[in-house]
Amino acid sequence: MARRVVVTGIGILSSIGRNLPETLESVLRSRSGIGKLRYLNSPHQNEFPFAEVPFPNTALTELAQLSDSEGYSRNALLGLIAATEALQHARLHELPPLRTGLLSATTVGGMDTCERYYNDFLTNDSKNIYIDVYDCADSTEKIADHLSIRDYITTLSTACSSAANAILLGARLIRSGRLDRAVAGGTEALTSFHINGFNSLKILDKVPCRPFDVNRNGITLGEGAAYLILETEEAAHAGDRPIFAELSGFGNACEAFHQTASAPDGKGAYLAMERALKLNGTKPSEIDYINAHGTGTDNNDLAEGAAIERLFGEKIPLVSSTKPFTGHMTSAAGSAEAVLSILCLIHRMVLPNLNLETPMPELKFKPVTELIRDVDVNLVMSNSFGFGGNDTSLIFKKYNR
Amino acid sequence: MIRVPAYINGIGLISPQQTADPSLFLPEVMEYTTDFLTSVDPNYKAFIDPLAARRMSRLIKMGITAAKIALQDATPKPHEGDFLPSLASGSEATREGLGVGLDAIITGTGLGSVEDTEKILGRMTAGEQLMNPTPFIQSTYNTISSQIAIILQCHNYNSTYVHRSFSFESALQDALLQFEEGAAATALIGGIDEMTENHLKITRRAGHWKMGPVNNLNLLSYQTPGALAGEGSAYFLMASQITSTTYASLLDVQTIYKPEESLPMDEVITRFLSDNGLSPDQVDAVILGYNGDIRYDFLYDRLGSGIFREAQQVWYKHLCGEYYTSTGFALWLGANILKHQVIPVAVRFNNLNADRLQHILVYNQDRNINHSLLLLSRK
Amino acid sequence: MPKRIYITGIGIISAIGDNVSSVFSSLETCKSGIGEITLFPTLHQGILPVAEVKLTKDQLLAMTGNSDSCEFTRTTLLGMIAAREAVESAGIGDMTTWHSGLLSATTVGGMDRSEVFYGEFLENPSHGRLRNIVNHDCGDSTERIASFLGINGLVSTLSTACSSSANSIMFGADLIRSGKLDRVVAGGTDSVTRFTLNGFNTLMILDKRGCHPFDEHRAGLTLGEGAAFLVLESEKVVEKEGKKPLAELTGYGNANDAYHQTASSPEGKGAFLAMTKALEMSGLYPGDIDYINVHGTGTENNDLSEGIALERIFNPVPPFSSTKTYTGHALGAAGAVEAVISILSIKHGMMFPDLNWSTPMKELKIRPVTNIVRDLSIRHVLSNSFGFGGNNSTLIFSKIN
Repeated sequence: MARRVVVTGIGILSSIGRNLPETLESVLRSRSGIGKLRYLNSPHQNEFPFAEVPFPNTALTELAQLSDSEGYSRNALLGLIAATEALQHARLHELPPLRTGLLSATTVGGMDTCERYYNDFLTNDSKNIYIDVYDCADSTEKIADHLSIRDYITTLSTACSSAANAILLGARLIRSGRLDRAVAGGTEALTSFHINGFNSLKILDKVPCRPFDVNRNGITLGEGAAYLILETEEAAHAGDRPIFAELSGFGNACEAFHQTASAPDGKGAYLAMERALKLNGTKPSEIDYINAHGTGTDNNDLAEGAAIERLFGEKIPLVSSTKPFTGHMTSAAGSAEAVLSILCLIHRMVLPNLNLETPMPELKFKPVTELIRDVDVNLVMSNSFGFGGNDTSLIFKKYNR
Repeated sequence: MIRVPAYINGIGLISPQQTADPSLFLPEVMEYTTDFLTSVDPNYKAFIDPLAARRMSRLIKMGITAAKIALQDATPKPHEGDFLPSLASGSEATREGLGVGLDAIITGTGLGSVEDTEKILGRMTAGEQLMNPTPFIQSTYNTISSQIAIILQCHNYNSTYVHRSFSFESALQDALLQFEEGAAATALIGGIDEMTENHLKITRRAGHWKMGPVNNLNLLSYQTPGALAGEGSAYFLMASQITSTTYASLLDVQTIYKPEESLPMDEVITRFLSDNGLSPDQVDAVILGYNGDIRYDFLYDRLGSGIFREAQQVWYKHLCGEYYTSTGFALWLGANILKHQVIPVAVRFNNLNADRLQHILVYNQDRNINHSLLLLSRK
Repeated sequence: MPKRIYITGIGIISAIGDNVSSVFSSLETCKSGIGEITLFPTLHQGILPVAEVKLTKDQLLAMTGNSDSCEFTRTTLLGMIAAREAVESAGIGDMTTWHSGLLSATTVGGMDRSEVFYGEFLENPSHGRLRNIVNHDCGDSTERIASFLGINGLVSTLSTACSSSANSIMFGADLIRSGKLDRVVAGGTDSVTRFTLNGFNTLMILDKRGCHPFDEHRAGLTLGEGAAFLVLESEKVVEKEGKKPLAELTGYGNANDAYHQTASSPEGKGAFLAMTKALEMSGLYPGDIDYINVHGTGTENNDLSEGIALERIFNPVPPFSSTKTYTGHALGAAGAVEAVISILSIKHGMMFPDLNWSTPMKELKIRPVTNIVRDLSIRHVLSNSFGFGGNNSTLIFSKIN
C-alpha cells in the first residue's frame, strides 16, 4: 500500500487576504479581491479589472519580515510570505528535522522586476544585481534559503497547472520514500509582460470574470502565492499536530490539442480527473464538490463542463469556480485553489461561483451561486488546466485516522 | 531502495558540435573563437512541417527536432519486412508510429525561449500596445513539452522543470520516479536552453561569462573568472525495457543545493555511489563540468586528485559551452562512451586507460550552489 | 586441477522444437509450445493446458532407430534424442578418447509406462505386463542413454525435483574440476504423465490459462516435457581438440531453502543463497549479469520469493524473463532446457520474452522483458532452477572472448 500523504500546514496570500484566516473571512463574506490595479504600472490598468495583492512591495517586505528586500522580486516576496505561513502553520520549526523538499512553481519568475529594468540591463550597470532575479529558480532558492530547506528543491512551470503539479510532485516524492515532508505550491506576481500577453490572446474580460456564465468573456488576472505542507502520515503524527486533509488522488494529462485552447470535448480535463480518481479507486459519485478551473473563457468553461458531465454522468457533484474571488492566479492558482478546497473540507462548506447570472445552456449542471454551510464535504476535487494543454486534477479528502 | 533501471534507448542532440546524427559519435570537433557557442542547426524542414515551422522560434524547433531524432533513434532496425514509418512530419503514420505508447514527456529548461521573451520585452520597452500572441505563447516554459505532445498526440503525463542547473536533473528524477511507480514504460526526457546576443550581454554584466571572445578548445588556458556560454537541445527516449537500441541505463540522479561545509563533495559522492552498491574505484570514467571559470573549476580538481585520481576523467563544456541544461550534453556523451566503449580523445581530461567501461558518473556544479550527479551503467 | 568448464555441445527436444535450431526458431518468433493435452485420455483434457513435445512415442522411437515401444519409455526416448544431438554438436567421434561420464536427471522416470501397468495391476494382481514396469526407476533411462551414446565410465542419475538437471550440470562440473573426468554429458529428461498432471493438480498450482510468470494475476504453472543435455569439457580437451566452445560455465551454486516441502520461504532465502554462491564462484559482480533466465514457474509463491531474492541481490535487477511461457515447466529437464536457452541467448545476442505478461506484481518493482530483444552483447547469463523440497540451484554461463 502506498504511503498516505496528508496536509499539515497551509499558507496563502492573495487579493482576498494576507493569510489563511483573512482568506477564510473573505470567502465567508463573499468578498472578492477583484478591482483596479493600484501598484503595477500598466497601460491596461484602466481597461481591465485585476485581483492584485493590495500591498506595495515595501509592505510585502514587512510582511515577509525582511529587513532588506534588495534583490527580491515581488514574486519572491509573495512566495516567501505564503511559504513561511505554511511552515509555521505546520509548526515544523518545533520538530526535529526530517527530509524536506521545496517544490515551487512560477512562470513569470522575477519578471515583475526585470521588465522594469530591461533597458538598464542592456545599456548600463546600475541594475546588475537584479539580472539573476529573472529566472524561475530565483524565488525558489530565496524561499529555500530563508526557510532552511535543502534536501530537495526544484521549480516547475506548466502555466496555469503549475502549482497543482508541484503538489503532485511533492506527493510522489513522499510516496516513493525520498522525502518525508514537502513544501509545495506556487507564486506569481502580476507583470506588464503577461498582462500584455494575455491581452494579445484577447482573453481578458473587461468586467470581473464570470465563469460558466453564458455571457462570460474571459479571464481576470490575479496574483499571489500559496503553499501546502505535505507529509507522510507517520511524520504528521509527530508533535501532536492537526491534520487538515489527505491528498487522496492526483492525475495529470496533456490535451495535445492546441497551444492555448482546449479540445471541445475536454479530453485532457477528462483524463486528468479520471486518473486522479483511479489513483485510489475513488468512484466519481464519492466526490462532493469540484473546485473547477473555471477561468471564464469561452473555451475552458465549455471544455471543462463537457468533461465533467462525461465523467460524472448522472451524479454531478456541486461545482463552482472561485476565480471570481481571487482572479486567475496563474502559477499559484493550483495551490491557492487547493487551499480553498481544503477550507471547504474543514469548515463543511461549498464556496459560490460569484458573478454567475445566466448559466450556460450547453451544460446540464448549474454551479453553486450561494455559499453553502453545514454540509458534509468529504471529498473535494480541484482542477487546474494550463496553456499547452497541461491538465491536473487533485483530490482532497477529509482526514480520518 | 530498489532501483528500477531506466534504459536510454534513443538520443537526439542538437549542439554546437556535429551531433544531430545519432549514428555518428564526434566524428570531428568544431573549434570556435567566439563570445558564445551556438548550436549547429540541422535541416529543420526535414523534421517539422514547413508551415508550422515558420511560426516557431528557434528553441521550439530545436526541441521538437531533437525529440523526433530520439524517437527515431529508439526504433529498432527493421527486421525483414517490418514497416518503418518515415519521419516526414504531419503524416498520421508518423504520429501513430512514433508517439504510440509514449507515457510521459518531461522537459527541463533553465530559461525557456529567450528569443520570444526578448521580443516581447523589446516591444514593451518600445511602447507597443497590442502584440501578436505567438511570442507570448512561445515564451511560456512548458510550450516545448506541449508542442511535442501535440505533434505526437500524446495525452499522457507532461511536465516542465525550470530550476537553473537542476532543470534537466529534475526532469530525469521525475522520469525515474515514473518508472519506479510503474506509471510509465517509456518517457521522452529533454534538457534544452538557448543563448542569444542580448541575453549574453545582460548576463555578462552579472559576471557569468568571460569578458571577451575565447577559443573553446583552449578554454582552460585563460585562467580567468567567467565561463564560455553555450546552448543545446538533448532529448532522450527512456524505457523500462532494454532493446537493441539501448545505449546504457541511468541508475540514479541526485541534486545537491548549497552543500554544507561540513559535508564535502567527495563524501556526498561516495555516499551516492554506495547507495547504488558502488565504490569510487568502480567508477570507470567521471565526466566533469569544467567550464573555464577559475572561481569554481577547482572544485573539480579536488575530486580529480582525490577520490577519482584513478578514474578516466572527461570534460565536455569546451564542446557545448555552459548553459543550465548542459548535463544533457554530458548524458549524451556518457551514453555514447558506454555504447561504443571508447572515450574520444577530444574529451579526455587525463590519460588513463580504462579497459572496460562499465560505470560512469557525471558531476556538474553551477557556481558552487547547484551540484548534480548522474550515474550511468553499461547495459 | 582443471579450473575452467566449457560447453562444447548442446542438444534439446521440447514443446517448441525437436532440436536446437527449431527451438531457436520458435524462441525467435515467440511461438509458445503450450496447448491441449493429446498424449493420453484424461478428465483434464480441455481444462488444463500442457506443453507437450509434438511427437508421438512411435515417432520418437523412429528417430532413435528403435522399434520396441515397451523397451523405451517416453522419458528415455526424449533423453536419447537430446543427448545424441549434444554429443554430435560437440563433434565427439570416439567417446573413449577421454574419460567421459553421463549424468542425467529425471523426476518422472518410466512413469508413463508404470501408470499404464498399475491401472491393469490394481484391477487384478495377475494382470499388467511386467515389461511396462521394469523401466520404472529413474536410473533406467540414464543407462539406456549411456548405452546409446557409448558411455561406459561414470553414469549416474539425480532427482531433486525442478532443479534436477541444473544439479546434473553442477555435479558434472565438479567431477571435471576434481580431475576425475575430462568430459561429462549432463542434463535431464522428463515426460508428461497422468501421474504428474494429477499430482500437481492436487496441489492446486496449475494455471488453467497457461502460466503467467511474474504477473500479478498468475495462478500457477504449466506442465511441460522434454530433454536437454550439455557436453561439458575441460580446458585440456578443448585445447587438444582445437574446439570452439559455445560458452563457459563460470559459476554455480546450490542451497536449500529449508522452509517447506512445496513452498519457498517468503524472503526467498534459498534462492538468495544459491545466486549468491554462483556469483561468488564466478567472481562476477551482480552488475556484470546481462540477463537472468528466471525459474519463474508462474506460481504465486515462486515468483514472489524469487522476485524478492532478485531485488535483494541485484540493484538494479538486470533484464530477466521466464521462458517457461514457451516450454512449460519441464520439471527434471527444466534446468538443462533453460541452460540451453541461456546459451542460445549468449550465442545470438538475444533475449527471449516472458510471453503472456500484462500486469506488474504489486510487491515487486521489477518487471520482465516482454519483447524479443536482438543485437545485444550478452556476456553473462544467470539461470535459476528452484525445486520442491527447497532445492535451489543457479548456473552462470559466460560468453567466450
